[in-house]
Amino acid sequence: MDLITPEFGLFFWMLVTFAIVFLILKKFAWKPIVQALHEREENIREGIENAEEARNELTKVKNRSDKIISDAIVERDQLIRQGRELREQMTAEAREMAEEEAKRIVKEAENLIEEEKAAALNQIKIQIASLSIEIAEKILRKKLDDDAVQQELMTSILDEFKLN
Amino acid sequence: MKYSGNKYRVLFITVFAITIAMHPVSAAGPGADGEFDPGSFIFDHIADAYDWHLFDINGKHYSVPLPVIVYTREKGLNIFMSDKFDHGHKAYRGFRIEHEGPNKGKIVVALDDHTTQPDKSRPLDLSMTKNVTGMLFAAAIMMAIFLTVGNRYRQNPMKPPKGIQSLFEPLMLFVIDDIVKPAIGEKKYIRFLPYTLTLFFFIWINNMLGLIPFFPMGANVTGNISVTAGLALTSFLAINLSGNKHYWQHIFNTPNVPVFLKLPIPIMPVIELVGIFTKPFVLAIRLFANITAGHIITMGFFCLIFIFAQVSRSFGYGGTVLAVGFGVFITFLEMLVALIQAYVFTLLTSLFIGAAVEDAH
Repeated sequence: MDLITPEFGLFFWMLVTFAIVFLILKKFAWKPIVQALHEREENIREGIENAEEARNELTKVKNRSDKIISDAIVERDQLIRQGRELREQMTAEAREMAEEEAKRIVKEAENLIEEEKAAALNQIKIQIASLSIEIAEKILRKKLDDDAVQQELMTSILDEFKLN
Repeated sequence: MKYSGNKYRVLFITVFAITIAMHPVSAAGPGADGEFDPGSFIFDHIADAYDWHLFDINGKHYSVPLPVIVYTREKGLNIFMSDKFDHGHKAYRGFRIEHEGPNKGKIVVALDDHTTQPDKSRPLDLSMTKNVTGMLFAAAIMMAIFLTVGNRYRQNPMKPPKGIQSLFEPLMLFVIDDIVKPAIGEKKYIRFLPYTLTLFFFIWINNMLGLIPFFPMGANVTGNISVTAGLALTSFLAINLSGNKHYWQHIFNTPNVPVFLKLPIPIMPVIELVGIFTKPFVLAIRLFANITAGHIITMGFFCLIFIFAQVSRSFGYGGTVLAVGFGVFITFLEMLVALIQAYVFTLLTSLFIGAAVEDAH
């Protein structure tokens, strides 16, 4: 029964040993260890949080840059479209102007031709008149003997002139 | 790399096996009368002693003497080494080691070398016995380990753990994060960490050293009821000194319990009050019983060697192989038990503390 009977000496030394170990380790081991572990834990937690924050920040920045790029693309397209429109407009205007110019030139040319034609006709008329007179002279010289013939001839010539 | 690792493992296991094989030889040897008595052999190993028995050669005992400190009113304080008793054969300064009766193996007041004073009273005995020495050695190892580790933490709190620190950091984190924190609660656990860490490693290291069969290890410290009672007392103090109003109200005026259980006969308060004492008592018994049982089983297997050897020589050789095999198995099991018992003691103490500091809800 010695096995389950507590022995005061051992009990006493056990308490003394435990108390000494406890007090020394409490001051020189557990306090710094627990504190260091806590600090490290905090440090790691903070690091993870910071990393998370940085990642969020990065995502934000990335989103913003994406937005800027897409805006730029839209603007570029708009500019290109505007340029194209401008060009088309300018081309159209130029063509219009050219057409008008061409029309004007053609018209002028037509007028000139008209004038030339009139002048030429006058010339021709004059020519014809002088020819007619010549012809008449010749005829007259030939047929002036007969009055009736003269009369008829005169009338017919005059009629012809009227037709003209 | 792998090869050399295996080589060391083989070396380690070989040394381990030899160590275990030497265990009974170094601890017992054949009895003086030639008859082997496993019962007394086992209980001599488990019990405390005034000197540290090393081995016997040709029936002569070789042991390390330890200081005896005894006090009686008549003889005053006496301090001397235990070899003065000559392994219990002589009396010294009026003290002797009793050989029979309820005080067997203890120091008693002597009349002469072979007779004890008739009233059988014992002196106040504060001797540094085998268990005290083993415990002091464990305490020294514990301090060496944790002062070194603590120093490293103080100097480089942010550096990754190195050497012995990396061996103990997971264990400390296990105690802190998996035992104490959930048991006591986020808000209050920090205050109890020094005690619970000391408790865990004190029990674990003593358990482990108890498995190593060399001087100055191998004392059955945590398998001694006095030691576990002392641990239970510290646990009792930690629980009840930290108990808050809510805890004491729960004991003396348990809420949600019919009044007739409290008045006129205070059944509930008495039950709760008894519970205060049974909790640490059970802790003490559990640790003591587990560790002692482990030592008894281990020693029992090694006793088989001597029992077989008494039957016949060849039977003895065969039995040795069997016994060493079982001994190795049980020793590995005991290493597991050493950790589990430290865990259980710390966990239950933490749970009781957690209940004592719990806020009213």
